[in-house]
Amino acid sequence: MRRLSTYGVAIATCGLILSACGTAADNDTDDTEAAPECDPVQIEGDAKVSLAYDVGGRGDQSFNDSAYAGLEKAVAQFGLTDVSEGEAGQDESEDIREERLRNFADSGHNVIVGVGFAYSEAVDTVAPEYPNVAFAVIDGFDPTEDDVNCNVAYLGFAENEGSFLVGAAAALQSETGTIGFVGGVNNTLIQKFEAGYAAGAEAVDPDIEILSTYIEESDPAGFGDPAGGQAAAEGQYGDGADIVFHAAGFSGTGVFDAAVAADKLAIGVDSDQFLTAGPEQAQHIITSMLKRVDTATFGFIESVVNGEPDQGFTTFTLADEGVGYSVSGGFLTPETIAQLEDYKAQIISGDIEVPTEP
Amino acid sequence: MRRVLDTVVGGLLPPLVAVVAAMLATGVLIAAFGGSPGDFLEVIFSVPNDRVLLTIINQSAMLSISGIAAAIGFRMGLFNIGVEGQYIVGSCAGAFFAGSGLVAGPLNILATLVVAAAAGAAYALIAGLLRVYRGVSEVISAIMLNYIALTMAGYLVTNYGQASGYTFTTERLPLDSQPLGFKIFADAPGDVWALSSLALILGIGYWFLIARTRFGFELRVTGESATAARASGVNVKRMTLATMALSGAVAGLVWMPAYFGSVHTFGTPENFQAGLGFLGLAVALLGRNRTLGIFFAAALFAFLSGQSNNLQSAGIAKDVIDITQGVTVLAVVVAYEVVGRRRAKTEAERVSRQLDAEREGASA
Repeated sequence: MRRLSTYGVAIATCGLILSACGTAADNDTDDTEAAPECDPVQIEGDAKVSLAYDVGGRGDQSFNDSAYAGLEKAVAQFGLTDVSEGEAGQDESEDIREERLRNFADSGHNVIVGVGFAYSEAVDTVAPEYPNVAFAVIDGFDPTEDDVNCNVAYLGFAENEGSFLVGAAAALQSETGTIGFVGGVNNTLIQKFEAGYAAGAEAVDPDIEILSTYIEESDPAGFGDPAGGQAAAEGQYGDGADIVFHAAGFSGTGVFDAAVAADKLAIGVDSDQFLTAGPEQAQHIITSMLKRVDTATFGFIESVVNGEPDQGFTTFTLADEGVGYSVSGGFLTPETIAQLEDYKAQIISGDIEVPTEP
Repeated sequence: MRRVLDTVVGGLLPPLVAVVAAMLATGVLIAAFGGSPGDFLEVIFSVPNDRVLLTIINQSAMLSISGIAAAIGFRMGLFNIGVEGQYIVGSCAGAFFAGSGLVAGPLNILATLVVAAAAGAAYALIAGLLRVYRGVSEVISAIMLNYIALTMAGYLVTNYGQASGYTFTTERLPLDSQPLGFKIFADAPGDVWALSSLALILGIGYWFLIARTRFGFELRVTGESATAARASGVNVKRMTLATMALSGAVAGLVWMPAYFGSVHTFGTPENFQAGLGFLGLAVALLGRNRTLGIFFAAALFAFLSGQSNNLQSAGIAKDVIDITQGVTVLAVVVAYEVVGRRRAKTEAERVSRQLDAEREGASA
């Protein structure tokens, strides 16, 4: 009898699965329609801004902090009163990310910025539910390109252009004729840095040798692994490189440690790392490739306040100061800077086209 | 009556004490860093909205499956820390297979489950074989295999997947293989994923296997004492391999609810939820390797994670959830140990009292 009831339960639960056997194809309604024309998003009332940070959050001295700087500027300039922030956790599920955005929207926030491309999917899911909220994703992409959300702005950067300039700087100031690149994760975004860096260096010296290492193949841990960054940079210094550029987020501190230990030079990324690194490390950071996440964040909020929220793809380039290089510390010689400004003008005018893939 | 009381005290009290202790510890920590423990408790014990409830249910299901995978190993004394790696390999293989559309329609779901389970089992067998034939501790080899799994999955997806934004993913699951979920809240977006019901099926299957089959009996005996098991004719080598394979097969299925329910593609890090395998070990520990216990522990963990966004709104770092979960597991291990010793002591006292009484009876 007991056994019978056991089987009964088993069969009943199998039924659970079967009852869900209808598939999404059965009620597939959105056939291929032409992408609708987009009207500007109408937000209700004053702008109330929410920032959803990527893993690491505020205090990472880099990406997320830069977004916060943009928010601060907007708060000061437009007198925003209601702002809120949230932060992604390590290994969190997609639902939790989506819920963070919905929480913001439900609590009356009508300008929501996802900081980091990890929010692309979540924004794509949530945006249609809140047509009167203006969304933006920094470094974002549209995972469903044939189904455009009118209330989403994707804010990208011409990292290859900024990297071109620091690549040229490295080649101009290298004494060994060998320079290095350390990427956090081997994805197309970081490859953009490498491509620009290599192109810039080769523009100066076609025979230069460029060593390239990625810390992780796909695991985002590559952006939070100073030991991995240090090992990669140590190897490159050992192989004769005297300047190493990193695009590896927090792992970059390991690259700087390696530079200190080997008494060689390094190039920072995203923000001016001469200013944020420790005093000992700073003495080895000759320049940084600036990625102005603050400019992008501020610009988006400004567009909303002006009543015409950005939509679709916007790329911040050298031309609009979205990317660039830093000169703090005085390591770059005047000749180098003059040369870099020349390249910069040529890139802006279109005379030099910087590749995006290595 | 006494037995019931014993079960309650021995089985339910420790986890309860552990949860309370974890809450207290977290509260103290928050207070130490200048936060408000009151706010923390208020948020943690607030009723989640419908959307969060759906997330909690779905996450509970996946955590339960992961917990079962770990428990299968634990019951036979194998610490399969490789659940995480087997989970990654199963998910990756399953997603590649399902996305390829080799099998059309709903049958694709069943076929994919088989592929994912087989991949997880095969990967677990590496650690199993090393242990049986080379004496390599399954803990050491499995930890290494976890890293290899993640890197290998990344490599495969980057080289044989398709670009999606800045990362790579497997081909999307064809529409006709996407099962509809259970829409339990009409107004909330999302649903309970169809394959979340796998947790129930596997839970019952696990209970049946352990409690009602010869294989389960041999597994438990080997777990209690490998020597005794060998003496009574159990082939311990074969049991080790079978247990690892079974544990790995279940681990390979952990992500299937999310894959078929919402994600529909695989690619680290955006389109995968790393870490569920490790959490499964904690869930199994907390749930004492019992089906109901695992369900309870999984629900608790999912509930805590589900509340993390609200914590942030209240100005408390979401990382405290990790602390709460960690302390819960630690406390429950301690609590069971204490209960176990007490029980052994009372048992010993009872026996000696009985012996004394018998001796007195004999001398009288």
